[in-house]
Amino acid sequence: MKTHSSTTRRNVLKGSAAAGVAALVSPQLFSIARAQTAPIRIGFPVPLTGPFGAEANDQVKAAQIAVKEFNDAGGFEGRLAELMVRDDKLNPGEAATRTLELIEKDKVNFIVGSLSAAVQLSINNVSKERGVIFNSISQSDAINEAKDWSKFTFHEALNPHITAGAVGRYAFGKFGKKVAFLTADYAYGHEMVRGFQRVGKDFGIDTVADIRHPIGATDYSAFLPRIQALQPDILCLCNFGRDQVISITQATEFGLKGKTKLVAPVLLYTARQAGGDAFEGVIGGTSYYWGLESQIPSAKALNDKFRAANGGAVPSDYGALGYAGVRSILEAVKAAKSTETEKVIAGMRGLKYDWYKGPQYYRACDHQSVQSVVIVESKHKDQKDKNDVFSVVSIEAPDEAKLRSCDELGHKA
Amino acid sequence: MIGGFTLDLIALQLVTGVALGAIYVLLAIGLSLIFGLLNVVNFAHGAFFMVGAYVGVFLFGLTGNFWVSLVITPLMVGGLGLVVERFLVRPLYGRGIDYPLLLTFGLSYVMVEAVRITFGLTGLRLPTPPELRGAVNLGIGYFPLYRLFLIAFTGFIVAALWYFIERTRYGLIIRAGASDPEIVQVLGIDIARVWLVVFAIGTGVAGLSGILAAPLQGVTPEMGVPVLAEAFVVTVVGGMGSLGGAVIAGLLVGIVVAMTSLVAPDMAKVAIFTLMAVVLLVRPRGIMGRAGGMG
Repeated sequence: MKTHSSTTRRNVLKGSAAAGVAALVSPQLFSIARAQTAPIRIGFPVPLTGPFGAEANDQVKAAQIAVKEFNDAGGFEGRLAELMVRDDKLNPGEAATRTLELIEKDKVNFIVGSLSAAVQLSINNVSKERGVIFNSISQSDAINEAKDWSKFTFHEALNPHITAGAVGRYAFGKFGKKVAFLTADYAYGHEMVRGFQRVGKDFGIDTVADIRHPIGATDYSAFLPRIQALQPDILCLCNFGRDQVISITQATEFGLKGKTKLVAPVLLYTARQAGGDAFEGVIGGTSYYWGLESQIPSAKALNDKFRAANGGAVPSDYGALGYAGVRSILEAVKAAKSTETEKVIAGMRGLKYDWYKGPQYYRACDHQSVQSVVIVESKHKDQKDKNDVFSVVSIEAPDEAKLRSCDELGHKA
Repeated sequence: MIGGFTLDLIALQLVTGVALGAIYVLLAIGLSLIFGLLNVVNFAHGAFFMVGAYVGVFLFGLTGNFWVSLVITPLMVGGLGLVVERFLVRPLYGRGIDYPLLLTFGLSYVMVEAVRITFGLTGLRLPTPPELRGAVNLGIGYFPLYRLFLIAFTGFIVAALWYFIERTRYGLIIRAGASDPEIVQVLGIDIARVWLVVFAIGTGVAGLSGILAAPLQGVTPEMGVPVLAEAFVVTVVGGMGSLGGAVIAGLLVGIVVAMTSLVAPDMAKVAIFTLMAVVLLVRPRGIMGRAGGMG
């Protein structure tokens, strides 16, 4: 038998010359070819260590569910998503460095994350300078305001104005007008107090004490005798994470609950789990409670996926935000049929979504996710199992009118 | 009424300060003991405190009994102290004060990371023992029973340590070893063993304060960090190496924090360091320290 083509010297030369020319003139072709299979990278800076560690770790777990869901469905044009988790140590400087690294070195397409009113502003600063979309999953009022906001900024979480507003509207009418504040001395705490004070004006509340404690404080006993002596109707604990656990535990030990209703703007599922019985009767707001699954199908869907992946555990409030924050971006990529920043921004602005807690959308002027606020009360005796820690006492429906107006935030119409 | 506060409130605030001071006292005693007798500045003291809290939680999980854990925890943490002294600190004696300082500084990082790896990042909880839950009416207001217990228990530990060091034969050897180790050695006493025991007692007391603080503030790998700074302040204010000084300074710092929190909560942390600065200006060796104690 005769072979059809023989490898001659001439053919080899011709072939390699052609390949060489192609390689020289079109390096872009190669990178495009690679980009089509390159993962969609989402940077995820959260404070894994430190006083908010429990919440941050849950955010990671839930965010991974959103990534898995996306990848299991085939990703976007064959491109799979990848979550790049970094520890920001609850430190604005550390967060800025990690974010910069994620953008410059790891070449992430998007940033989702943060768990601090202050730290998210530093992440936002870096990502807006670099023109990278940042979807924040932590409460902040400042991030909505024109001076910090940019078109790259999205805010998946609730903000203090609407959260404290909803909790105030519920509590001030029910429990009394004599109010004391014990507040973590940083942006989150200050914004929560401002939110309470603003709605408090409508109710005519009387602020009997406004005490600030350093973030990460481990002993609150020195503040408690004074609050005890003032006998307020309501004590608002405007703090977060471990601070919330310790302050509520110690307030309970001092017997404050006898005369005073303890109220937290954000009553954390993780804090309640860590604090145990001491939380009994404490009222607070939340973006999400797994128990919503009895009335909201999307909540059931998220819970089931989370349970399957985490040995029966349910997602916490901030955990669910980690899921929603990542899912919004990935769904916007699909809707926009692109990972290009401008197109994904348009995709997100167009979303009308129900990922886990009922209908939501991003307000046009500041990309604040308009959503419901859930008011919960901590149970004690009638718990069905260890996850059954809250009863939902009220749900404030999504309503743009409850947010500060675009005008007030400094956005031009 | 004084400055807008009732006398009852001021009295209750004072009790709060004493309870706060109790933990400071225990922390500072351990630190002061090791420094005063061994001339070792133990930067891992906060880490031993943290390990004490974790050992407490671990033992509580095993036995379900707070009191058993309270007894065994200092023994186990002291045991860890034995190992650390024998194999890490001992080779550095006679090499200048900065060698053990750097060693214990590094050791504290190792201990924190080891706990993070073993027990996770997010922290654990040690419930207040049921018989000490809730608040009692002191006549001036309600005060948590557990904090009253803290005051009493600290008093007991301080008395026991004082008796051991000042009134027993072994205590006499320890004191002699502190003032002149060479003579003690010449007298045929194994000074190395004395130092071993002292280091174990110091770290054991740190572990004890860890388990005692656990029901109040929870248990986390980082809990020893702020505590170390506070313990040093108390030790410096009281005078390095003085048991009585640690007690007075610990209570003083607790009361200063409590009183500042009442009138100007923002200033509470600063007040601790202001107190230290004032004491150092007026009396550089601390309230009950020996002159030139660093030598």
